[in-house]
Amino acid sequence: MGKYLVMIYDDEAKWAADDGTVMEQNHKNHQAFAAANGAAIRGGGQLDDSTTATSIRSDGNGGYVVTDGVFAETREVMGGYYIIEAADLDEALAIAKQVPSPMGGVEVRPLVNSD
Amino acid sequence: MTDLVVEAVAAAHVTEWAAVLAATARVAADLDLAEDCVQDAYAKALVHWRTQGVPRRPGAWLTTVATRRALEHRRRADVARRKLPLLIPEEDVADQTFPDDRLRLIFTCCHPALSQEAQIALTLRLVCGLTSAEIAKAFLVKEATMQARITRAKQKISRTGIPYRIPHLSELPDRIEAVLDVVHLVYTAGSERAIDLARMVRLLLPGSAEAAGLLGLLLLTEARRAAQIGEELVLMEDQDRRLWDRELIAEGLALVPEAVGPAGRFGLMAAIAAVHAEAECWADTDWPEILGLYDLLVARWPSPVVRLNRVVAVSYVDGPAAALDQLPDDPALATYPYLYSTRAELLRRLGRSAEARAAYEEALAFTSDPAQAAFLQRRLTRDV
Repeated sequence: MGKYLVMIYDDEAKWAADDGTVMEQNHKNHQAFAAANGAAIRGGGQLDDSTTATSIRSDGNGGYVVTDGVFAETREVMGGYYIIEAADLDEALAIAKQVPSPMGGVEVRPLVNSD
Repeated sequence: MTDLVVEAVAAAHVTEWAAVLAATARVAADLDLAEDCVQDAYAKALVHWRTQGVPRRPGAWLTTVATRRALEHRRRADVARRKLPLLIPEEDVADQTFPDDRLRLIFTCCHPALSQEAQIALTLRLVCGLTSAEIAKAFLVKEATMQARITRAKQKISRTGIPYRIPHLSELPDRIEAVLDVVHLVYTAGSERAIDLARMVRLLLPGSAEAAGLLGLLLLTEARRAAQIGEELVLMEDQDRRLWDRELIAEGLALVPEAVGPAGRFGLMAAIAAVHAEAECWADTDWPEILGLYDLLVARWPSPVVRLNRVVAVSYVDGPAAALDQLPDDPALATYPYLYSTRAELLRRLGRSAEARAAYEEALAFTSDPAQAAFLQRRLTRDV
């Protein structure tokens, strides 16, 4: 078994345009996903808007450059995550495909040394 | 005697490599270790077969030697702990190889979590047993580049836990398509092993019409090779059809009925190749039939190259002027020499020599293949 981080990437502009109906349904879908995959889920959470993000980069001289905003400037930003446990990548992908992500998609990456 | 042993080992490399590696991978729990053990077994065969004679079942001999070495290795250092994806219980070790093992290996190499270029490189390396140098040559890249690509792909398999198994029934159609795409790309990259690979996939997936279609397509295409490529490219129009390989054509044609039933992409391409193969001479080509098949193919697979090939069929049904109007205007073809040579041929047939000449020169500028360049040069100096 290995642990995988499932990152939910969203287009925040689409969320901003939502009148609440997609969000309400999305909450229900996440509850259903968690109920169906409880045995595999090791953690998870919803992230606040990307406007609340602060990025830190090494300046290459032992210091840091701290900046406002997300790390990479893309339209879709990470909005939440699950940590799941799965036998192999196919099982992890099968679970990750059930993660509700109506405004974007998800990215799956293994955690190192997660045995 | 020596030559017989070398030949036997070389033959076993072509026919048995995938099966031996696949069986060894099951016990090695690690693709790199499995590869080392299989290479070692082939090296041992060169020595042992000289004194003991070539075994009746070379594949079984090689599998036994390679899996035994993999087991020894695993007992010494328990690498399996960290190499989860390929781990299997030791009692599964069999003295013989199952087709399922090869299929598992192929599906692992063609997993959608790998980039397509990695899928092709891994298939050539692990299923066909080609060296990084040979693969690099087929793809016109440096050996170090190809080596790095293969290393990255193997790391992705072991670090993300891509499983060594045949996909579930529900995933199978998509995954078969990926496998067939890879085999087709292996062929278009010029690897001689593509037809062996297509035969293997067809044997392993007897229910797949597209697997039959792909093998049929490759056989019918390969049958024309002797007439097509020499010092310079010879268009099908000018080919000496006596040079076509009748055995390959017969084998390819026999596959077409099975392939065209559900009319998948490779089935349709095989059917088009079959219409060409069945024409006694260029003038006998059934162009309306070919155009009809291209219409179906474009509907299913609207790639710019397919649309370009369809235009050639249009030129023989409705004339070159109609075809010229339908040439695809697609940025994906901006540096594709065949787009310019097709336009040049159409202009030449319309008697618009100056424009044809300009188009041939454009084609020449984007051509890296010497036979194709020689053909375009001759068109420029003599025919236009």
